[in-house]
Amino acid sequence: MKKRWYDDLWIASLLYLVLGFFNILFAWLGLLCFFIPLLIAAIGGNKGYCNRYCGRGQLFGLLGGRFGLSRRRDIPRWMKSKWFRYGFLIFFFAMFFQMLWNTYLVFAGAQDLKQVVTLLWTFRLPWHWAYHGTLLHPGVAQFAFGFYSVMLTSTVLGLLTMVLFKPRSWCVYCPMGTMTQLICKAKHPNTRS
Amino acid sequence: MNQTMRVKRKARVETSVCVACGCCVKVCPMGALSISDGIYAKVDDSACVGCGKCAKECPASVISIEEVTA
Repeated sequence: MKKRWYDDLWIASLLYLVLGFFNILFAWLGLLCFFIPLLIAAIGGNKGYCNRYCGRGQLFGLLGGRFGLSRRRDIPRWMKSKWFRYGFLIFFFAMFFQMLWNTYLVFAGAQDLKQVVTLLWTFRLPWHWAYHGTLLHPGVAQFAFGFYSVMLTSTVLGLLTMVLFKPRSWCVYCPMGTMTQLICKAKHPNTRS
Repeated sequence: MNQTMRVKRKARVETSVCVACGCCVKVCPMGALSISDGIYAKVDDSACVGCGKCAKECPASVISIEEVTA
């Protein structure tokens, strides 16, 4: 099959994680992975982002597929059930808004900047080397730390299920994927699944 | 005419649990798969040769290869 320019977007996903290790402010770029799929779904009414551009999925496909870091087993049935996918989306949203709330508190001056990356919503990893203070408000950095936490957490979860199940099993419960599919369902009420 | 019933293998998608990720589309050598309205994967039976690459790739394991009489 002909290789397209977007088949190498896994490099961007990898680069994102690396850059955030050195300067946390790069985490802001992750917003692209939120807004582009939503815009494609809301305007185009399709999952073009998942289908073509998602670098995260490509990375898992590469590591689990070509590099063989996957057992290639079937994902458990409950993980592809609607209640799990929608439940995970709601949970992810709740954690996301909690992160936004923490960012707000720093912006409001009610809380100091915490230079940590929280992995799996629980483990606080020191990450102070990635922030040197800028002309910007500490809240800008707090959002970056929080957003990078979201991205790193989902990568770790994705890697875990990549090893256990099929390479791209993250796609089954990816909150963005679930959300864009819901938008597409709303936009095409006559397409029955 | 004595026509023998041909058994062909075709990919079948369990659309209610399909997540429309498009992994099957990428791996299909015949271009027989497409994502319908961003909701689920659709097989073009006239193009599908039943090779099973999509079934193997599908992260949700919702594609199976079934024998159909044509």
